[in-house]
Amino acid sequence: MSAVLETTPLLSDILASVKPEAGLKADALSVLEQLGLPGNKSEEYKFTPITRSLEKNFNFATKNSASELKSIESFAIPGVDAHTLVFVNGGFVEELSRYNQTDLKITPTSGTENGFGTLADFKSDALVAWNTAAWTSGISIEVKANTTVSKPVVLHYIHDTSKGEVKSFTRNIIRLGKSSSLTVIEKQDTIGDQAGFSNIITEGFVEENAALNIFSLQADKGKRFHFGQTSIWQARDSRMNSFTLTLDGKLIRNNLQLILDGEGIESHMDGLYILQGDTLADNHTVVDHRKPNANSNELYKGVIDDNAKGVFNGKIYVRPDAQKTNAFQSNRNILISDKATVNTKPQLEIWADDVKCSHGCTTGQLDEEAMFYLQARGIDKVTARAMMLYAFAGEVLDKINSGPLKNYFDSLISERLHKNF
Amino acid sequence: MSKDNQVLEEITSKEYEHGWSSNIEMESAPKGLNEDIVRFISAKKNEPEWLLEWRLKAYRQWVNMKEPKWPNVTYPEINYQDVIYYAAPKQKVKPKSLEEVDPELLKTFEKLGISLTEQKRLTGIAVDAVLDSVSVATTFKEKLGELGIIFCSFSEAVLEHPELVKKYLGSVVPMNDNYFAALNSAVFSDGSFCYIPKGVRCPMELSTYFRINAANTGQFERTLIVADEGSYVSYLEGCTAPQRDENQLHAAVVEIYAMKDAQVKYSTVQNWYPGDKNGKGGIYNFVTKRALCAGDHSKVSWTQVETGSAITWKYPSCVLKGDYSSGEFYSVAVTNNYQQADTGTKMIHIGKHTKSRIVSKGISAGHSQNSYRGQVHILKRAEGARNFSQCDSLLMGDKCGAHTFPYIDVENNSAKVEHEATTSKIGEDQIFYCLQRGIDEESAVALIVNGYAKEVLNQLPMEFAVEAQKLLALTLEGSVG
Repeated sequence: MSAVLETTPLLSDILASVKPEAGLKADALSVLEQLGLPGNKSEEYKFTPITRSLEKNFNFATKNSASELKSIESFAIPGVDAHTLVFVNGGFVEELSRYNQTDLKITPTSGTENGFGTLADFKSDALVAWNTAAWTSGISIEVKANTTVSKPVVLHYIHDTSKGEVKSFTRNIIRLGKSSSLTVIEKQDTIGDQAGFSNIITEGFVEENAALNIFSLQADKGKRFHFGQTSIWQARDSRMNSFTLTLDGKLIRNNLQLILDGEGIESHMDGLYILQGDTLADNHTVVDHRKPNANSNELYKGVIDDNAKGVFNGKIYVRPDAQKTNAFQSNRNILISDKATVNTKPQLEIWADDVKCSHGCTTGQLDEEAMFYLQARGIDKVTARAMMLYAFAGEVLDKINSGPLKNYFDSLISERLHKNF
Repeated sequence: MSKDNQVLEEITSKEYEHGWSSNIEMESAPKGLNEDIVRFISAKKNEPEWLLEWRLKAYRQWVNMKEPKWPNVTYPEINYQDVIYYAAPKQKVKPKSLEEVDPELLKTFEKLGISLTEQKRLTGIAVDAVLDSVSVATTFKEKLGELGIIFCSFSEAVLEHPELVKKYLGSVVPMNDNYFAALNSAVFSDGSFCYIPKGVRCPMELSTYFRINAANTGQFERTLIVADEGSYVSYLEGCTAPQRDENQLHAAVVEIYAMKDAQVKYSTVQNWYPGDKNGKGGIYNFVTKRALCAGDHSKVSWTQVETGSAITWKYPSCVLKGDYSSGEFYSVAVTNNYQQADTGTKMIHIGKHTKSRIVSKGISAGHSQNSYRGQVHILKRAEGARNFSQCDSLLMGDKCGAHTFPYIDVENNSAKVEHEATTSKIGEDQIFYCLQRGIDEESAVALIVNGYAKEVLNQLPMEFAVEAQKLLALTLEGSVG
């Protein structure tokens, strides 16, 4: 992961906006200074011009304006009863949040938590270094051993840009004790029509036999530029499900990294991006099999319309010790318009011989024969197309257990695909 | 387990078959590279002024370029000033016929099983033999000449067909394309040139055989194939080198230019010296191969069997510019001991309804690292483009690695692109099935590996397929995972 050295006014603005402190933050700052922001020659950001976008849309010498947001009712997920933690313009807002601490412990991130900064590697990625140096708030969630947290935790990141552009840096840490389980839902929204940049890092430690589910909903209709990294470490027999639904935003970059550091682990990474307008959605995933007998499964699907762009990079590492690994990865894309593009790079790196690993990826359009079949049966073209696309997306959607969250996701997808049947 | 070890020991102790060197009087340039060396090579070849200028331009660009670091291979820094850039068998006068060729030279190729004497007409292959930097002999020249086919060494072509060489040299691989292509452009010494005129179907396989003989030399050949409208040619390339403790550099360039309705099939069996079982010595094989399907309905197919070289860095590519043109890439890359291979292809779809197909089979054993790196790029204009890629890796032993880096960039919504890759070892159930039927373990592995690589081997011309199968068996005999 080599970033190309770019000394731009943007970088000096950024460096000046972060007050150097001692410890990890200062270390990360000097790494950021050294790495520079990634340019288009940087392998990891080849197709995602994040530096250029930030240069064009933001002034990092200015501060965020205050928000007068009183209620978040209109953004709530219908039917989901949850511990809701609200961040507005990068700051945690106690008054808007609703939660209790009966079966879990929620505290502001201090930066001194055990394992903090050990999973998201700031030495190789400038944006991670930036977050590590500049984060202002975040949440630390702790679940004790043998506890099943009954309600999901919603992390709600709101940008209020009605008075000016917003930059937010958030840092979360999740610790799951042995045989515990937790569901986290991330949601992004914007009020106002100015640009907002969010840089959110979540580190998670999942102990033996514990289960963590993370759902990310990226359907922010505002001018959202987003960099997110979720790095999860898994101990033996643990389970991890991740689901990312990307519908809107200007530039969305998701780094998802799973470290499978034990036997008998099961991990699922699923993603769906249905893009229109000029949205760019970039999913970079890494599955790192370090121990034998673990399974990982990955399915990312995309429907890309208008000028939108989809980027996918999936890495599977199988370390020399990790015999009997099963790792599967699949990325499928449908291009709707003639200006839509997709860049995908599935990548297998395998150092163990007794493994079953595969990846597949396809890019194409709707099957003409199937379309003809439907039309021959009196279904008009628009409906037939919606049916096919909905079925295409449905394979990923079906990975979510039924419940209010699935219904909500379903309604968003149906609306986007103009489902009318 | 003991059987495994024994078997592994057996393969690793297997000696490189072509490791001998011939005692031929050589003439070479001093070590190192500077403008004078470029001038020296050019003068040795009696080259026209324009070619010297071209070389010098390439050299000046090379000086300012950096060696690529992105391939998934590691090797000690190459000292480009410690390489001899020109070595040639000493011959007082240019031989007019084979009778005048140094018998020691003929013996060298005889030993490799390559007949230059045109006696074995049955084999029906025209050969251009290149020893170190110089083309030694080209066979069947007259017979091909009757059809208007030009098949000769590169230096001959420069002197006899300057208009063709001038027109097409660097038209597919520009001199500043990459570090090694620039180096080659500056110092290339010889190679093969082939021109198939309009509507001619070349009646026999054309073949180049490369052999590095002298120590400390780099080999830099350049192959240029021009297929005019509606022509067809099948081209073979083979390579071997003596066993030496130092690493030797081989940076070749192959350019193929296919016009309307032309078809070119290029097959390689690469068996450079891979180094000994501890990874000492061996050839660094840094090769740029590219085909331009310039005309509509043209077709280029690359087939390669890579068994040798300490390091392979090679991406035979197709630029599909003509509408309805198609490109194919079939590859078996085997690495053993401490070999490293980073190989694959690029399919650049520019024309409408262009098609490409990639079948890559990697086999890694011992401590080797085997990477597939490929790009399929569908440009905006390439309506109805179609690609299918299949990259499989087979691992034998737990100390080797297999890596896949496919890049798929699609900018046109009517394109269909499919990519599949798998990594596994030989299934215990497959071995068991064979054992049960009385096939011993070694034969079972050979059988399975051969079946695994069949799809690619089937693409090779018959003479080569036999050699390739033998090579596969030799490199992997009995390596039960």
